[in-house]
Amino acid sequence: MLPMLKYELVEKKKWIDEETLLECYAIGQCTPGIIAVNTATFVGFRRKGFWGGIFATLGMVTPSLVIITVIAMILQNFMDYPVVQHGLVGIRGAVCALMLNTVINLGRKSLNKPVTWALCAGMFLLAVFTPVPTIIMVVAAALLGIIYNKLPGGML
Amino acid sequence: MMKLACTLWFEFFKIGLFAVGGGPATLPFLMDLTKTHDWFTMTQLTNMIAISESTPGPLGLNMATYAGVETMGIWGGLIASLGLVTPSVIIIMLIAVFLKNFNDNPIVKSAMFGIKPAVCGIIAAAVLDLFVASLYIDNQLIIPSVIIAVIIFIMLQVKVFNKVHPFFWFAASAAAAIVFKL
Repeated sequence: MLPMLKYELVEKKKWIDEETLLECYAIGQCTPGIIAVNTATFVGFRRKGFWGGIFATLGMVTPSLVIITVIAMILQNFMDYPVVQHGLVGIRGAVCALMLNTVINLGRKSLNKPVTWALCAGMFLLAVFTPVPTIIMVVAAALLGIIYNKLPGGML
Repeated sequence: MMKLACTLWFEFFKIGLFAVGGGPATLPFLMDLTKTHDWFTMTQLTNMIAISESTPGPLGLNMATYAGVETMGIWGGLIASLGLVTPSVIIIMLIAVFLKNFNDNPIVKSAMFGIKPAVCGIIAAAVLDLFVASLYIDNQLIIPSVIIAVIIFIMLQVKVFNKVHPFFWFAASAAAAIVFKL
């Protein structure tokens, strides 16, 4: 997503400089929600205030909305066909492989210290064996991060 | 109808507010939805992931739209995706106005220090759930799906194949499953 944003916003339209884009992207990663949407909102707001943010966001949403709605509506009519059912047996396997790969890549990026491994394992077990809602776990993790870095020796 | 629309919007508002880390981070929340509402099943969720990864646009946004369409048609897609982006818009604008140097803020840094590995663990649990739902149906291990999963996972560990678009994997595995009538 970032190379495309850079080409369109920095090089072609010259709306913002590269440094600002990188800053917007970094903030988009650290705020809740979809990273591409966060970045778009930020860039739009920087450029044209409130309405800039709103329209940049809507621009980001529109293609997904149209494409996915059309595909979902079409697929609903074909779901019961045997050939589709056969195909889905294969696709389900592929989805599992791709998602496992995504998690491993995510782990490579975010697990670097023993304490991060512990937090990851703890939340995994909590999610698998208890009905604790995901929201509570995310909030708890944020608080634990803050507390940990207040402890002596816990500096980032 | 109106009530369903409001619930749908609010559920996706919550996802937008608490899913930190982009598309994959919304997966555990979508799984929660299969348990708390009868909007869509885990099997449908697997299809949603496949379609959302194959089409352009951010994964999280595509999945939200798809989930909305499954729940209440065309309007559902619109409501779910707008619900998902509402918190983003509010939070980003607040940060842009009030918090200069947001990323260097020590509180933000230490909160992210906790959130990143935790989200990784939570997503791993969701993927385990996904495995069970798509590879172990009606108390039966779906051998063809397992074999395809293993083959693709091994291929993904090779650098050349890592760059291949997800659509290729779905198309190839669907074709294989259809040809061999798996």
